[in-house]
Amino acid sequence: MPLLWIIAATLALGAAGYWLGRARALRLTGGSPAALHSLPHAYGAITALAALIPGFALLVLALMAWPGGTILAPVLAVIGLGLALIRITPEFRARTALERCILAGLITASSIAILTTFGIVASMLVETADFFSLYPWQQFFFGLEWIPSFEGGSELGLIPLLWGTLYITFIALLVAVPVGLFAAIYMAEYAGPRFRAIAKPLIEVLAGIPTIVYGLFALITVGPLLRDWFAAPMGLGTSSSSVMTAGLVMGIMLIPFVSSLSDDIINAVPQSLRDGAYGLGATQSETVRQVILPAALPGIVGAVLLATSRAIGETMIVVMGAGAAARLSLNPFEAMTTVTVKIVGQLTGDTDFSSPEALVAFALGLTLFAITLCLNILALYIVRRYREQYE
Amino acid sequence: MTQTSSLLTADPRTRARNRAEVRFRAFGLAAVITGLAALALLVISVIGNGAGAFRQTYLTIPVSLSADRLDPEGNRDPAEMARVTTFGYAPLLAQSLQMHLQAEGIDLTGVSPQALMGMISQEAPAQVRAMVLANPDILGETRQLEMLASGRIDGYFKGRVTLESAERDANVSPAQIRLAQAMADAGMMETRWNWAFLTGPDASDQRPEAAGLGVAILGSLYMIGVVLVLALPIGVAASIYLEEFAPKNRLTDIIEVNISNLAAVPSIVFGILGLAIFINLAGLPQSAPIVGGLVLTLMTLPTIIIATRAALRAVPPSIRSAALGLGASKMQAVFHHVLPLAAPGILTGTILGLAQALGETAPLLLIGMVAFVREYPDMPPEGLFDPASALPVQVYNWTQRADPAFVERAAGATIVLLVFLVAMNLIAVLLRRRFERRW
Repeated sequence: MPLLWIIAATLALGAAGYWLGRARALRLTGGSPAALHSLPHAYGAITALAALIPGFALLVLALMAWPGGTILAPVLAVIGLGLALIRITPEFRARTALERCILAGLITASSIAILTTFGIVASMLVETADFFSLYPWQQFFFGLEWIPSFEGGSELGLIPLLWGTLYITFIALLVAVPVGLFAAIYMAEYAGPRFRAIAKPLIEVLAGIPTIVYGLFALITVGPLLRDWFAAPMGLGTSSSSVMTAGLVMGIMLIPFVSSLSDDIINAVPQSLRDGAYGLGATQSETVRQVILPAALPGIVGAVLLATSRAIGETMIVVMGAGAAARLSLNPFEAMTTVTVKIVGQLTGDTDFSSPEALVAFALGLTLFAITLCLNILALYIVRRYREQYE
Repeated sequence: MTQTSSLLTADPRTRARNRAEVRFRAFGLAAVITGLAALALLVISVIGNGAGAFRQTYLTIPVSLSADRLDPEGNRDPAEMARVTTFGYAPLLAQSLQMHLQAEGIDLTGVSPQALMGMISQEAPAQVRAMVLANPDILGETRQLEMLASGRIDGYFKGRVTLESAERDANVSPAQIRLAQAMADAGMMETRWNWAFLTGPDASDQRPEAAGLGVAILGSLYMIGVVLVLALPIGVAASIYLEEFAPKNRLTDIIEVNISNLAAVPSIVFGILGLAIFINLAGLPQSAPIVGGLVLTLMTLPTIIIATRAALRAVPPSIRSAALGLGASKMQAVFHHVLPLAAPGILTGTILGLAQALGETAPLLLIGMVAFVREYPDMPPEGLFDPASALPVQVYNWTQRADPAFVERAAGATIVLLVFLVAMNLIAVLLRRRFERRW
């Protein structure tokens, strides 16, 4: 029997349970709802849940463990329905039972966030432990070479990947922080309401564009442009994918991130500080530089840290714009690679999950997770501490 | 120190300060303009490269479907006729084209029969074969058939290939291009709107002209469906608990910090999770929309939870107090009064979360969505377990192919993706405008 029919049958049983439960409760009191403990629909709903919950629980379990068992789901639903019908009496506290079920559901839903984190950490820890049993951890964390070969004898050093990641992140921040910060200052302190109403949403459009689009932009426009106008004439390289390409495009992606966070923070600085500065004869820019920015600094630092964590974890732009060669070089027009590129590279295609060359991706993922988590916690801590000052 | 300034003449220090002011303001304006220029360049680059994908060059010629070549047994049995592969159809098309060109009096000098065949897409014989097998009775007739022109010829009509570039190109000769122009002048070749790009499946490396987005759009829709069905109820339930019921204790604190951290975890990490848990541990199939949907659900949940909690918090406490005062239980107050009032905000947040999920690529690469898929997935729910592609992954896939015509396809697919995103964001904005309430 197709899955669709099993699901439909179980749902139909749930609907039947609602009507039967409601009807039975009403019949027991001779059709007068006032003699019941709860409203009639509560009896219906609890009966429906008694059919649906065991039915769908079994369905999910069967799908994962034993596909033939899905047919048992409606059967179990019928049993649950019957048991619930028997329990209905006019004194039965249907609403209390129903609300307890709902609360349990709400708690389950909120624990999924914890389960996700647990799943992320557990899955990566297990595989990383496997990796370190095949490959010495000293060579992974301090190795200067990245030469994977699936015949064995690979060099899987983290340093060149980390170097590429940090170099690209540095260039991205070099673009995003000044542009984003100045844009935020202009929007908050100088721009008129009409200019702001048009320019602010337009800049924020940049934040809604998927990273694959930035990747394509790097690949077909920015890369060739930089190669033909800067790298090649200056004799710095002939590769269109480079640290500069990826860094520049990632910087554009981060502009709205920095600017909207900074905008909020600048707007949170109390007006009294500005008025005080103006009253002492400061110009607008002096007020911004000497009063508002120092007051907003912790928040801005937090925003920059969050942007850094975004840049380090960004994947598609570097996959399409930075190249795949692991290199320790200072030339920004050379192709380099990053941690995220190598995670994608080692895990796509037909991979043998017991080889160190595939397992290294999990170690890289765990490293990435740890770095970004530390940055996020630090940023949230700084932002939260700062916010308390004015509240 | 002498007084040198007045209201009419500024002293040097004031002038310097005023200059600094103007400079600072100009920097700010320059930053805004830089951001806007980057956006404009991005949009122009994508549209400029991708607009061509929505138009395609077709050629229409009479083809004589010779019965003794295509049905050697002569019994019109599709099973037997299926033994004639596309290689049997290709010469037939070339012959028909050559005869038709000669009949029309078009000069064929410099174009060998192979080169002539090279002007027709490799997809065309397969299409004709499928047509003949579906309806064997048309054998022996001469029919006007419409076929795809090859990628380079198509590129010429879109300006991607020129006579000069053809000199240097091993895949197309200037003679072919001159012939194509002559055929277009004779009305046999035309470039027009290309529905197949939106509905057709992907095609192999050698036939960019036939590659379409159908499977990718369907796969993306399936995944968004899974995300909607899972993330919306779970996200709303979690937010209701945390905002309305949760006691202030250690556990709920951990959950809160957890959610804000999950929102900032790199998306590729969710891909690793999906690979390790859903594929390697639970044994779900690779490249299936269900796995993609599950991964994207986990990724979108924090976004939806954060938006929903903000929407719930915006409902004033007086509403809750009034409901409780009239004898509602806490659950009734929340579900009958607070939730409906928060619904527009929740919906807006959910649409934005879905838009984010629609554009996400990196985690899908890790769960095998990069595979080349030509078959449409079945109807859900079984179809959720069939291999499929997704829009952003299709963009990535096409950029990895050698033929430059795929760049046009990739940019075209990006336009489709952006149109979907713009539509979703517009709906969110309109919802907010229509239902926004200030208390």
